[in-house]
Amino acid sequence: MNAPAKIGPPMWLLAEVTYRCPLHCVFCYNPVDFAQHEAELSTDDWLRVLREGRELGAVQCGFSGGEPLLRDDLEILIGEARQLGYYTNLITSGVGLTEARLDAFKAAGLDHIQLSFQDSTKEINDFLTHTRTFDLKQKVGEMIKARGWPMVMNVVIHRLNIDHIGRIIEMADALGAEYLELANAQYYSWALLNRDQLMPSREQLRRAEAITNEWKAKLAERMRILFVVPDYHEGKPKKCMNGWGNVFLTVTPDGTALPCHTARMLPGLEFPNVRDSSLREIWHESEGFNHYRGTGWMKKPCRDCDHKEEDLGGCRCQAYLLAGDADAADPVCPKSPHHEIVSAALENATNPDRQTQPLIFRDPKESKRLIEEAEASESTS
Amino acid sequence: MDGTPRLGHGFRFQWEPAQQCHVLLYPEGMIKLNQSGGEILARCDGQRDVAAIVADLEAAFSASGLRGDVEAFLAMAIEKRWLKLETGAKA
Ligand code: SF4
Ligand code: SF4
Repeated sequence: MNAPAKIGPPMWLLAEVTYRCPLHCVFCYNPVDFAQHEAELSTDDWLRVLREGRELGAVQCGFSGGEPLLRDDLEILIGEARQLGYYTNLITSGVGLTEARLDAFKAAGLDHIQLSFQDSTKEINDFLTHTRTFDLKQKVGEMIKARGWPMVMNVVIHRLNIDHIGRIIEMADALGAEYLELANAQYYSWALLNRDQLMPSREQLRRAEAITNEWKAKLAERMRILFVVPDYHEGKPKKCMNGWGNVFLTVTPDGTALPCHTARMLPGLEFPNVRDSSLREIWHESEGFNHYRGTGWMKKPCRDCDHKEEDLGGCRCQAYLLAGDADAADPVCPKSPHHEIVSAALENATNPDRQTQPLIFRDPKESKRLIEEAEASESTS
Repeated sequence: MDGTPRLGHGFRFQWEPAQQCHVLLYPEGMIKLNQSGGEILARCDGQRDVAAIVADLEAAFSASGLRGDVEAFLAMAIEKRWLKLETGAKA
């Protein structure tokens, strides 16, 4: 394997502290079988992970989930992370956030909060029509600003809300957001199950981008807007996670360490657990982190391609999910022999008579059903 | 340039042992600073005004005529929102 000779430090330690979540997003990026991985690390385990990550050289620490607020030791973990010199980021829906909790986070030295938007379709409606969800975000936003944190919002954009994008930006402005990330849904996990309902047509996307650009110009003084274009539509593989085992080290609720939060699905790869190995061993020596480092693992067409350093062949999970082969070129690439899967999905997005199944909402019951289904199909095949 | 520079909202400045340099941390990222950038930012504490920062650097490095370079760096940093320049009767 010709992994890069020198492995630099991870910049990010992503602590997914829990898969528990009060919400049921149809685009949720947690694994569809999360109900199988619920044995959470203890406080002491996390404190050790934080220390080891910092020793490795990580400078950014993100607390996410699930909903990280559901861990009642979150303030302890934030405090330790800050003490160790991390820049500490909390990614939360704000559901369940109280003044007292925010005060505790402030005292612990939390640097940054990203308020993410949950929208099952109902909530986006609530939001757009100025009811419950808007009120909640407004309240939380005010509490965040009152403590001197910048107001940073993230909204996942998809077929069901993309036509309201101007309204979403306007609302974010009304909430006093200083930074708004409009992230087009990426099709893994729950979002892949729901892809037919979530994927916008090219036309919708073009319109949304144009509207976003108008708002960008109009609000340039007070809000920065980032519009993340989906790779399906661009036909351009992304340099996934900025390189496998290059920038990000994710630790999942049960202690499994991953180069990206969806990598657990890849067959035949063992990922280490922080209960058994140190982060240094995990980052530098484990097969799971070394396997797709660099370009040595590639086959055609990536192996002979001029872009291989630039995009590193795209996303391994997407290759596995769509082409059934984790070593293949990412099928969003026009050079991929499986590219027609992506074109067909895009085509389907413009088909007025397209058939769709009902949306599948992320919750533990559905997760258990999906685990059983997977097991049943394994034993029959 | 007049006024008192201080770190922009959400930025943190620190020495990073693993990188052997000063860095600016901000949501989602990190900027590695060269030595002179690090020395200048280390003095942007919201107390010292531009003149004091220049004087301080000149004393620390037994140099003179640094004002132009320091102002150029500050102007770049302000444009990138690493710094805010507070003007008015302060410091
Ligand atoms: S995407 Fe939604 S359901 Fe999934 S963890 Fe985040 S808030 Fe919870
Ligand atoms: S063939 Fe592979 S390396 Fe080349 S552009 Fe496509 S995904 Fe990237």
